[in-house]
Amino acid sequence: MIEVKNVEKSFGESKVLKGITTTFETGKTNLIIGQSGSGKTVLLKSLLGIFTPDVGTISFDGRIYSDLTSDEKRELRTEIGMVFQGSALFDSMTVEENVGFPLKMFTTKSAAEIRDRVNVVIQRVNLVDANHKKPSEISGGMQKRVAIARAIVNNPKYLFCDEPNSGLDPKTAIVIDNLIMEITQEYNITTVINTHDMNSVMEIGEKIIFLKNGILAWEGTKKDIFKTDNEAIVDFVYSSNLFKKIRKAQNKDL
Amino acid sequence: MLVRYLSQIGKYFLMLKEVFNKPTKWSVMRGLIFKEIDDLVIDSLGIVAFISFFVGGVVAIQTALNLTNPLIPKYLIGFATRQSVILEFAPTFISIIMAGKMGSFITSSIGTMRVTEQIDALEVMGVNSLNYLVFPKIIALLLYPFVIGIAMFLGILGGWMAGVYGGFTSSVEFIQGIQTEFIPFHIAYAFIKTIMFALILATIPSFHGYYMKGGALEVGKASTVAFVWTSVIIILVNYILTQLLLTN
Ligand SMILES: Nc1ncnc2c1ncn2[C@@H]1O[C@H](COP(=O)(O)OP(=O)(O)OP(=O)(O)O)[C@@H](O)[C@H]1O
Ligand SMILES: [Mg+2]
Repeated sequence: MIEVKNVEKSFGESKVLKGITTTFETGKTNLIIGQSGSGKTVLLKSLLGIFTPDVGTISFDGRIYSDLTSDEKRELRTEIGMVFQGSALFDSMTVEENVGFPLKMFTTKSAAEIRDRVNVVIQRVNLVDANHKKPSEISGGMQKRVAIARAIVNNPKYLFCDEPNSGLDPKTAIVIDNLIMEITQEYNITTVINTHDMNSVMEIGEKIIFLKNGILAWEGTKKDIFKTDNEAIVDFVYSSNLFKKIRKAQNKDL
Repeated sequence: MLVRYLSQIGKYFLMLKEVFNKPTKWSVMRGLIFKEIDDLVIDSLGIVAFISFFVGGVVAIQTALNLTNPLIPKYLIGFATRQSVILEFAPTFISIIMAGKMGSFITSSIGTMRVTEQIDALEVMGVNSLNYLVFPKIIALLLYPFVIGIAMFLGILGGWMAGVYGGFTSSVEFIQGIQTEFIPFHIAYAFIKTIMFALILATIPSFHGYYMKGGALEVGKASTVAFVWTSVIIILVNYILTQLLLTN
């Protein structure tokens, strides 16, 4: 469980995060949604320690990040897996080397043990025939799978994904979303996903927080999202014509 | 403006400090160093050999053509070639060319890693990305003096071939010239410069790549800016070291 308490972050004059308080639950896919520029990435990077909040605390199962020594922070980081928006695979390495990288860096495993573990996770994300290819030689969807495999190879307790399905076709996007949700439940990971894709929200929104201009404007589950009267979220959700039609259809049923 | 330069310089030295912090596991680092030796040093040998040989030849021919007074001994051709190749051409001129070749390679490869979040990925995993990326380049460029040694040798060889086969001097005179008034400290001076240039070549392009912002277009711009700054610093350091080491 990750607890966020009253986190604020400014860049120069502009306050990007304004007093965010929430919890991200273990074994669930926690979604951060909101319009472009609402502060999703900044919040995620603050959770990761790439940005330091101006005020407020972030604690990982009781460990308050800002109170940790730099050794403890490093230790914590080895428990974190991250899937970047653009996959961020190392393009000088093969798929296999990319996935094995965290093990090579942070464990004392032998080359054979690393290979075995790498093959397990590569199979888990359903990648076939890609082990010896370079990232530039595989499709965007496959790159996402490699990025997920690399993020989970060292058995992380926390998994962060920044727009994991941006740039993918809707079908592949759903496959990737479901893969992340399955892995989260299977290994009981605390997963936080950044998205503005309503499809994802409906597929895997076990816990959703909605950011608007840096304020946490709403939180709930995917079921709650259609019942709420909160204007900001209704406005966000129904900015998609598809959902406007769904809502109309639902209203007819009622 | 001045404040901006000063803060850049400060940032540069903070970067250097971080490069030597929290080292990467040796088993991983070893592989990185070999890769950099291959990319930076081995890959440059061809162009360095080619340029040195022909420029050495041109220096010899130019000197010969300017020695119109019959009272001036012919061995000066060998002497002048040796002096200009060892003192300036090999260490400084080749380093400027390397600022273009190695420098743009370093800036663009690190810059691409920055814009594609690969550096963030390293940091999030708990890797000291500066040590991971820059340290192996510095170590690989400890071999840079060998590159310059080769440039010196081939430059003088080129001068000899151009001088002798062009009919400007005899082999004996040229070799006599090479040995005339030989000051061992000049070699030391040349290699002190070379080591400084190696550090500059490894770190300034890295700095520009590592701290760049933006996308693919900016990677290209950063490479150009890095080339300009690397050359400017090499020229300034060259001036300062020459003043310090050769005068008085
Ligand atoms: N490093 C930074 N320096 C200054 N301002 C920043 C920085 N990073 C983000 N911002 C600002 O913070 C605000 C929120 O940005 P953020 O990237 O979190 O948006 P987002 O919700 O992730 O949007 P998107 O959906 O487009 O990714 C923006 O106004 C942005 O300009
Ligand atoms: Mg974002």
